[in-house]
Amino acid sequence: MAHEVVADMAANVWKVLVSEGANVEAGETLVILESMKMEIPIDADVAGLVTSVGVEEGGSVQEGDVIAVIAVVE
Amino acid sequence: MFDSLLIANRGEIARRVIRSARALGIRTVAVHSEADAGALHVRDADEAVAIGGPRPADSYLNAVAILAAAATTGAQAVHPGYGFLSENPGFARAVEDAGLIWVGPSAESIAAVGDKISARNLMAAIGVPVLGGSEEPLKDAGEALAAAQVIGYPVIVKASAGGGGIGMRIAADDAALGTAFEATRGQAERFFGDGGILVERYLPDARHVEVQILGLADGRVVALGERECSVQRRYQKVVEESPSPAVDDALRARMLTAAVRAGESIGYRSAGTVECLVSDGDFVFLEMNARLQVEHPVTELVTGIDLVAAQLRIAAGAEPGFDPDAVVADGHAIELRVYAEDPKRFLPSPGTIAEWVEPAGEGIRVDAGYTCGDEVTPFYDPLLAKLSVWGPDRDAAVARGQDAVAAFRIAGPKTNLPFLAEVLAHESFRSGAYTARLVDQMRA
Repeated sequence: MAHEVVADMAANVWKVLVSEGANVEAGETLVILESMKMEIPIDADVAGLVTSVGVEEGGSVQEGDVIAVIAVVE
Repeated sequence: MFDSLLIANRGEIARRVIRSARALGIRTVAVHSEADAGALHVRDADEAVAIGGPRPADSYLNAVAILAAAATTGAQAVHPGYGFLSENPGFARAVEDAGLIWVGPSAESIAAVGDKISARNLMAAIGVPVLGGSEEPLKDAGEALAAAQVIGYPVIVKASAGGGGIGMRIAADDAALGTAFEATRGQAERFFGDGGILVERYLPDARHVEVQILGLADGRVVALGERECSVQRRYQKVVEESPSPAVDDALRARMLTAAVRAGESIGYRSAGTVECLVSDGDFVFLEMNARLQVEHPVTELVTGIDLVAAQLRIAAGAEPGFDPDAVVADGHAIELRVYAEDPKRFLPSPGTIAEWVEPAGEGIRVDAGYTCGDEVTPFYDPLLAKLSVWGPDRDAAVARGQDAVAAFRIAGPKTNLPFLAEVLAHESFRSGAYTARLVDQMRA
């Protein structure tokens, strides 16, 4: 099952800590966003395989944008 | 008096400076990033110059572009507001080297207190009480652990060049300090371009109380009372009031004397703030802010002084516009910072403002950076507006604050207005017995 990690606010992308093909644990930080002088870590809410990363460092996201897709390990 | 002024800032503080400048007959020049082309401060000013892209480094921190804007428009003076380049001694010097008037303290004064470690050492040397803490920048976690052994836990880790609460972490033991040190150093390098770190004793039940000082053109330094700033989230102030419920006349007299001495020791000119911690009826020096403070309206409401006009007059070498020997504080004032953030977890909430209705009436002042139709972007801090209220006593001010918060309507970005209402209704706030941990206690 594919699980989407979504931005819940408009922000700039400061750091991307995972790439496609990485196995992540639930709670592992995928990306650090920056908005209004605050760093906002975006964590995986499920364990699994990262099948796509939709953001790049220096880019920006809008509310609802997909940050990463995780294939959930059954 | 000079007749034109460039304001090197944005949002509510740029508008605030424009208002006082205009009242003194000074032509105003705004600068703006691409993201702020239609912003209120641009509309308010007599003239506006685009200085670069939306990122602060490309615009409001772009000293070269700002000085070029001053040259193009013939501005004679520069007011930096707060944040951005306001406490950058290199910028202050560059403004003066360009033949312009810098509306603020000298580059030397800014440099003397800009670094938290040297500021602490300076205050200790002139007999102002300070907390136990490191007297040199800490090079690595090992040095931090050694310093903490001497100081005693809990300690607070800070970026020496820091501001706005960024990078501050509390550590209760060696393990926590090791982690905190590395995290703070990373942020210090990234946000302030300076990895200098200090640790200081942390006082869990202290209050943040600051003294407003003003260095006059004739070299005198006066203190204009205190502001209580203990309502903070992420070490950033949310609600401020004056007078402080924790400061009696005797303590106030000692704090104001120390603040004047601090200012005199560095030949301070213009508006500045001496931040202190107050605990058990005593105080220690925390840091000095060499600029106009966000929460200056609280002081203006109780003293009747226009601090920005005083800054402008002093920069021109003139009298401050009031009698420094006859300053009287009257009544009670509270400032409530309206932030674009969710009121539970305080996470940023950019967006387009669909509705904006400000409260108005006797004893109510709104300093707003935005209005209906404006977009709040992720590029700048979340301050939308400052709602300040005055009453003849504290209870009256709190009641007025509650009415004003209820009447302030903002739709679009989430705002902390519901949180501000919670603070004003909170038992500890109402009794006045709160400390800097109030918000943590409310959200525990």
